[in-house]
Amino acid sequence: MKRRTFLKGSLATSVAVTGGVLAPSIIFAKDEKVEEKAAEASSGSATDPYKATSVEDALKALGITPEDSDKITVTAPDLAENAAVVPVEISTTLDGAEEIIVLISNNPTVLIAKFKLTELMDPAVKCRFKVGKTGDVIGVVKAGDKYYTAKKAVKVTKGGCGG
Amino acid sequence: MAKFKTRLKAKLKGDKVNVKAIMSHPMETGRRKDKKTGETIPEHYISEVIVSANDKTVLTAEWSAGVSKNPYLSLNYAGKAGDKVKISWKDNKGNTGEAEKTVK
Repeated sequence: MKRRTFLKGSLATSVAVTGGVLAPSIIFAKDEKVEEKAAEASSGSATDPYKATSVEDALKALGITPEDSDKITVTAPDLAENAAVVPVEISTTLDGAEEIIVLISNNPTVLIAKFKLTELMDPAVKCRFKVGKTGDVIGVVKAGDKYYTAKKAVKVTKGGCGG
Repeated sequence: MAKFKTRLKAKLKGDKVNVKAIMSHPMETGRRKDKKTGETIPEHYISEVIVSANDKTVLTAEWSAGVSKNPYLSLNYAGKAGDKVKISWKDNKGNTGEAEKTVK
């Protein structure tokens, strides 16, 4: 705990430097709580999830903490031929899936789409998205009161978000 | 509005209906610049999509500008021949579009 508070404090003072260096090692260490703290310290106030610029911010703005699940399948190409049009399919075998949320980790706007499902529908959607930079396409599924997540890395050679 | 054409296909496959839709829409992110004038093109994207069958909602989607230009959407739902499938959308500038098809 002491180390965390220390981390948080040091991050707050030198966010740009430490945040950048620490983030990868933290992710690899899979210490999610520290990661959250880091995100908290490095982010401003993101209340509108559609304005969020990082996955952590977006999830926080949505007020959800999803857990990894192998019952969600995110289908996307390994290498995007055209980054402006990346076909993605998200399906799940979770019971009672109500919502599918799509996040793309390195886009200017992380939160891409939210699909509210009904019981009539198969819990799978196919759509095309823009992927700005090499990163993860993250599918979050709400089932019951819980959120589950899975992701797929997409490599991009040329940007798809203009510029 | 001819500018925003919505195309819809609904096909019965076993006991599921496969719905495919393409909406012609620029889906501007608000980050692109006009090459001639150098001015930023304001964001213009579809924010809400509703798919329904026989007036019952099948799917409601909230989109951001991260969805590709001329968005494509495909889904399956438990339906039968004769269902009236309808898709309607709304963008951030108040434009709307819709299309309807009867499942064969």
